Amino acid sequence: MDFLISHTHISPLYLVTAGFIIGMLGGFFGVGGSFIAGPALFAVGVPMNFVVGTDLAHIVGKSIVAAKKHRALGNVDLKLGFIMVAGTIAGVEVGAQGIERLKHLGQASVDKVVGITFVIVLLSISAFVAWESWQTLKMQRKRGGKSKKSAGTSSKTADKGDESAFAHIAQKVHSIKIPPMIKLRASGIKEISLWAILGVSFVGGIFSGFLGGGAGYVRMPSMVYLLGVPTHVAVGTDLFEVVISASYGTFSHALKGNVDIMIALVMHTGAAIGAQLGAASTQYFHGPKIRLAFVPLPLIGAAIVIYGLLSGKNMK
Amino acid sequence: MEEKPESVLKSFLIELLVYAALVVFYVLLVIRLLGNWLNGLFEHSKTHYAIAALLLIIGQGIALEMLTTLLLKLVRLRTH
Repeated sequence: MDFLISHTHISPLYLVTAGFIIGMLGGFFGVGGSFIAGPALFAVGVPMNFVVGTDLAHIVGKSIVAAKKHRALGNVDLKLGFIMVAGTIAGVEVGAQGIERLKHLGQASVDKVVGITFVIVLLSISAFVAWESWQTLKMQRKRGGKSKKSAGTSSKTADKGDESAFAHIAQKVHSIKIPPMIKLRASGIKEISLWAILGVSFVGGIFSGFLGGGAGYVRMPSMVYLLGVPTHVAVGTDLFEVVISASYGTFSHALKGNVDIMIALVMHTGAAIGAQLGAASTQYFHGPKIRLAFVPLPLIGAAIVIYGLLSGKNMK
Repeated sequence: MEEKPESVLKSFLIELLVYAALVVFYVLLVIRLLGNWLNGLFEHSKTHYAIAALLLIIGQGIALEMLTTLLLKLVRLRTH
């Protein structure tokens, strides 16, 4: 099938299958899946600036429904979400402007710089998730050992895997007293500087605007470990925020000619059903072992991008 | 009551088949027809293209979620 906007020829079956896998991973692991979507598009010859914009559009379609579901479950901190939108949008614009600057240097520069940054980010995510889940598993094993000694006291604490490993970092962020200080009732945060929230969302926005996708891989851990937001609220608020910021990102990139909406629409048809299958599967798997299973996925994405860069398939 | 994994898998496989048939129809007819119109918008007015792109992906997101939920309900009713 010819996609006239990005001047590419891609099999719709490939796009639907890629969307299905991405949707399934998203539903199962609770991530957007841009670490696979981006490389999957890049691998079939979509220029990197279109990869970034099109992936953002595809994220909008997927996140809107998930955000609605999380809102119904009470997992969205609206105050935090709206503040983060401001920081993210500013970041997305900076990221999109970065792509524009690179476009002036030629398509090969866009592909190279974005591709290499993507690989570095993917390898970092994989390393961080492996380390974090290993730490949590180690901690749970220790707790399990203790609970055997004092039977019946550990069932609740064992579930709070990431609580103690990184709590000190969030406490340090909360101790930054740069006004205005705000209270986030839904997240259970008594006092936090507005600038800390804007800073975290701005950095996430730059990743989103420059590499595409929702950049949940950066913002989600930042919300939990830096801002101290409970994980379920972080997931819901992130999705709510992604709908608004990715919509803005799609619009901004579309104005700059970086979105092939036809590709996004076809890919999304697979993602919609995959997301349901992935979400339903989570009831049969639990804990940090899921996160450990996630580790190879960014590595696959990195391998695809490295292949694309080395083969020069996209260097038009 | 928690469902058995085999029953969920069976429901999903049936849903997947029905959904695949509907998606083939949708991609072949609707999206192909939209192609030329969207390309024209892209060439002539980026602002209109950007608005149309956003509306289309949001609309499809909501519509497909409604479709998959409906299919899942129907399939589960039949398999139970």
